[in-house]
Amino acid sequence: MTTLTAPPKTAPPPSRRRAPAQVSKWKRRFPLLPALVFTIVVTQLPFVATLVISTFRWNILKPGERQFVGLSNFTFVFTDERLRTAVLNTIVLTASVVLISVVLGLGLAMLLDRRFVGRGLARTLLIAPFLVMPVAAALLWKHAIYNPDYGLLNGTLNAVYRLFGADNGPTIDWVSSYPMPGVVVSLVWQWTPFMMLILLAGLQAQPGDVLEAARVDGASAIATFRHITLPHLRQYIELGVLLGTIYVVQTFDAVYTITQGGPGSQTTNLPYEIYLTMFRKFEYGEAAAAGVVVVLGSIVIATFALRTIASLFREEVSR
Amino acid sequence: MTHAAVTAPGAKLRKLVRRRDDQGGAPRLSPAWTFVAWLATLAFFAPVAWMVLTSFHQEADAATNPPTPFAALTLDQYELLFSRDITPFLLNSAMASVISTLLVLALAVPTAYALSIKPVEKWTDVMFFFLSTKFLPAIAALLPVYLIVKDAGMLDNVWTLIVLYTAMNLPIAVWMMRSFLAEVPKEILEAAEVDGANLPTVLLRIVAPVAMPGLAATSLICFIFSWNEFMFAVNLTATKASTAPVFLVGFITSEGLFLARLCAAATLVSLPVLIAGFAAQDKLVRGLSLGAVK
Repeated sequence: MTTLTAPPKTAPPPSRRRAPAQVSKWKRRFPLLPALVFTIVVTQLPFVATLVISTFRWNILKPGERQFVGLSNFTFVFTDERLRTAVLNTIVLTASVVLISVVLGLGLAMLLDRRFVGRGLARTLLIAPFLVMPVAAALLWKHAIYNPDYGLLNGTLNAVYRLFGADNGPTIDWVSSYPMPGVVVSLVWQWTPFMMLILLAGLQAQPGDVLEAARVDGASAIATFRHITLPHLRQYIELGVLLGTIYVVQTFDAVYTITQGGPGSQTTNLPYEIYLTMFRKFEYGEAAAAGVVVVLGSIVIATFALRTIASLFREEVSR
Repeated sequence: MTHAAVTAPGAKLRKLVRRRDDQGGAPRLSPAWTFVAWLATLAFFAPVAWMVLTSFHQEADAATNPPTPFAALTLDQYELLFSRDITPFLLNSAMASVISTLLVLALAVPTAYALSIKPVEKWTDVMFFFLSTKFLPAIAALLPVYLIVKDAGMLDNVWTLIVLYTAMNLPIAVWMMRSFLAEVPKEILEAAEVDGANLPTVLLRIVAPVAMPGLAATSLICFIFSWNEFMFAVNLTATKASTAPVFLVGFITSEGLFLARLCAAATLVSLPVLIAGFAAQDKLVRGLSLGAVK
């Protein structure tokens, strides 16, 4: 495919070739331009603006005090305790959600790769959590499941206790007692189907004859999994982890809805902390600086992501 | 396969494939593991089932401890929602999602064409530029976008969301459409060109049939992401242009908690995506992985 752009071997004399080649080049580029221009304007310019704003002391509650302060907002970002907590929370939240949902997703994908009664229906039901609107899912977990008085969790505990003759089950305020696990569980519930779908696609792309050969050679199921399936799945796992990380790092809906970052700042992640700085403290400069730091962090993740995706991509191109 | 002439061989092929599958293509799950698979499935589906079930209950039956799953069913909550005016929010969501999806397609299809069928030089670099914009966290753009939109007097305007959602989904759409267009057989394209077919003919007769399912999948993904978007919607709209997720969050704080009605609202706003997602499960995988996984 890449060879298409190479000049033809029997090129006409340069004097006559040049103009039409230039024209055809632009004919090829033209369909690309609207999207490229639009993307640059809408996504790159705001980032430049963020960079500029991050060098100002700018609180909207103190008009007239806007001034250039250089990098001092960044000093603030790196020394502020709330922000450090937010960075830590973001890492804990993202890592646990992505890792747990990849492991669960892998388990489910392995099961759904086999034939069993109602496999199609099971698959359909399993992807439902991913399709429920994230805000709706967050509200559902907060009110219908975690609620101490009438949530499904305590309600079920209660019913079980009564079944065994006790009067009532314990009343646990899940969100206050376990804020971070509460957010993590709801996000794992949403993201496991995503991982399952990608890994299932990977499993089904596995060449059957290799597995057959392994079986004929008498390899155990565990050995086959470790030495054949897992290496084959590696790219798919990486893709799932990276795409999941990109989305989960940005989690805003769940934190905003389930815990409002609380109690205290126990579940405040970076996006939510930046939102608070912007719309509660009105410290635009600090918010922008924090935003720049988030972007830099994301670039680190993105570098790995691009490498992984590039390897998948090369395979496709070379095919 | 919808073509009448190919139905018979298609069916025969399917039967053949199924027979091979039965003879040991994919191994069967043992009864014990089948039980585990179904248990896990039901555990994941339970919150959704609970949401839908509760939405058909009266408030008094919804907020009970222990839960009462077998209470009488009613449509009251849905009636209440529509009488409390969820409609404008749904319309805003529909408008933002549908128009931005159409815009994305209008921009992404020519781009994907330029990146796959007649690739420009350094086309992989262009692809990675588009993708890299997805790695910029949206929160970092929120402040400048907010300030610009405020200065332009475009706060609380659906068109603001439409522009942002278009930018949000365009890179994904370019990647997906490219992967679908890359499947158009090169030999046929070349043959058509040799035969002197002009561009519209080539697009309509050769590219379109191959790319149509891809176009549908791309639209679906863009629609899902726009329909579900919350952060821009909640921070850039107030009353006139708010979308369904903003309605969901807003009506809790303003009216206290009505669990059954909340579940009805949550079910209602999730319904379009649930239906579309169930209908196009296979396409979903490819879309979610940016077309990298088939």
